[in-house]
Amino acid sequence: MKIHEYQAKLLFQDYHIPIPRGNIAQTPEEARSVAETLGGDTFVVKAQILAGGRGQAGGVRIVHTPEEVAKTAQDLLGKTLITSQTSSSGEKIQTVLIEEGIKIQKEFYASILTDRSAEKNALMVSTEGGMDIEKIASTLPEKILIEHIHPATGILPFQKRKIASLLRLSKQETQEVGELFDALYLLFTELDASLVEINPLVLTKKASFLALDAKITFDDNALYRHQELLSFRDIQSLDESERIAREAGLSYIPLDGNVGCMVNGAGLAMATMDIIKYYGGNPANFLDIGGGARVETIAKGIQILVSDPKIKAILINIFGGIVRCDRVALGIIEALKSVDVHIPLVIRLKGTNSKEAASLLEKSSLSFILADTLSEAAKKAVAAAKT
Amino acid sequence: MSIILDESSRIVVQGITGKEGQFHTTQMVEYGTKVVAGVTPGKEGQKVKGIPVFNSVQKAIENEGANVSILFVPPPYAADGIMESAAAGVAWIICITEGIPIQDLIKVKAFLKDTHSKLIGPNSPGVISPGKSKAGIMPGYIHKEGTIGIMSRSGTLTYEAVDQIVEEGYGQSTAIGIGGDPIIGTSYKELLDYFEKDNQTEAVFMIGEIGGNAEEEAALWAKKHFSKPLVAFIAGQTAPPAKRMGHAGAIISNGKGKASDKIKCLQEAGICVVNNPAIMGKTLHEVLNQRR
Repeated sequence: MKIHEYQAKLLFQDYHIPIPRGNIAQTPEEARSVAETLGGDTFVVKAQILAGGRGQAGGVRIVHTPEEVAKTAQDLLGKTLITSQTSSSGEKIQTVLIEEGIKIQKEFYASILTDRSAEKNALMVSTEGGMDIEKIASTLPEKILIEHIHPATGILPFQKRKIASLLRLSKQETQEVGELFDALYLLFTELDASLVEINPLVLTKKASFLALDAKITFDDNALYRHQELLSFRDIQSLDESERIAREAGLSYIPLDGNVGCMVNGAGLAMATMDIIKYYGGNPANFLDIGGGARVETIAKGIQILVSDPKIKAILINIFGGIVRCDRVALGIIEALKSVDVHIPLVIRLKGTNSKEAASLLEKSSLSFILADTLSEAAKKAVAAAKT
Repeated sequence: MSIILDESSRIVVQGITGKEGQFHTTQMVEYGTKVVAGVTPGKEGQKVKGIPVFNSVQKAIENEGANVSILFVPPPYAADGIMESAAAGVAWIICITEGIPIQDLIKVKAFLKDTHSKLIGPNSPGVISPGKSKAGIMPGYIHKEGTIGIMSRSGTLTYEAVDQIVEEGYGQSTAIGIGGDPIIGTSYKELLDYFEKDNQTEAVFMIGEIGGNAEEEAALWAKKHFSKPLVAFIAGQTAPPAKRMGHAGAIISNGKGKASDKIKCLQEAGICVVNNPAIMGKTLHEVLNQRR
């Protein structure tokens, strides 16, 4: 789960990680009043969306009066921001964050993340703050320090000295940055984050560290033990189908093609998308109804697919293992009673009791195309989508 | 000989009194697996399908000689269950549970280093050595005893591959679901080492998918150390970046873990990569035919 910058900064505050003074606004008037309360002669207005790359897309602006803050907020709120990290349709700006301007001495990059290949958490720092870290990694690898963190020890003093050495910090600054990383790591582990990123982390002209930006991604598997974080979830950014899928516990990802597919199991679902493409079609989605292929989830899955106007044919591919195909067939027949399917439906049920399943389907008055092998199913679905 | 499981495997089911645990215990026993004990804290003295339930894995080992554990324990308690099994000295721990927090798995991995136990999963369909023993949730009857080793990050796609391979007339030595999570116990690379040393295994079929670099690591290792035919399929060629494709570990992040990069790396290591999932069995057959 991703959260907004302002939400991440609220959590930073809880963990005593210094951030600039500021507040959020959802109207130009609110924005003006935030700026007036802040005072000073420089303000930063930041669009709150769940993707990065905001600066280059015009989502972060520096202005000098409360009037300009209001005008900028007016300009941004309700607009759709398309960045290098959003989808092509972009993300709608519903909130802006207004902060005091900061006089910067140096800019750094700092993050803690889970390194899946090392099977450990790692901290990452760079002298090149404010830039895309992927770019730095490929062009200036010597400017990045990556240190793996042992779960039993946390960040060790020698690792903090390495950070200080790379960033060329004074003794006082070394102490401060060490405390900041301890706080970041505490937040990371206590809240089950998979990424906490500060880009840039700045050293101000007053010689103190400040998290100018904040990005946190949480491990979805651990949300059960962090009920307090659920209020951060931005359901408004999901569309109707994604909401239905989430509520039904289905794994659903819409794509741009026209062949809808519904499959039990993530690997087989990906392979089904791949084979649709292999035979010249374009998959419209990823939809995994779970290995067990329960009847209720089948109905929800069909409902999601038929409500997508792009989809011209549907391929249902179920490998019945412990779950018997005849049960799945009954589920499909039951589901089709409540959902009106006006596009070709190709069904492939393989595995336990697949013959019984085929005869059940044939006896029903429903219209669909049966397939036996994976290639036959894919070819038929691709052909059906073209007619 | 098969790997991980054989006729002598004595299974303890952690979470045996739960719905999933009970159901799959019955299935495993029907397949012929020696399920000798169950563990559910606080339920010692009960029986499930005639199998004694203990409060701890330690007691299951002492009383019934269990040497392999399988977990059907809910995510909040699964990491603890794995570490309990490892501390008690079980040789193989097979974790079916999906949805364990990743920070828990980091601790589990560090903990396992000080033990002799090996972990399969989590988020795995389990392990089967056909004709000998099944510790998992896969349909036993689609498998056939034979010479092909199978290792995969998914469930139903593995069944599809098994089905195609059996159709071509081959059975399996051992089929392993290594788990769909980003951090798992035993990797493809480690399993290849077991398959290399196993005299029943003639060839290995690897089913990979997007995310991470486990397939690449296996390929680089195989190039130097694996002498048997290795055929692979990588799922997710059409998967978009930055989206989790069902499995927590199936995600292309920051341009890393793409199917096309994996396929390229495998091919450069001399591994035959199937580009159409409908011909996984057929391609394996062709590779084996060429060798003969």
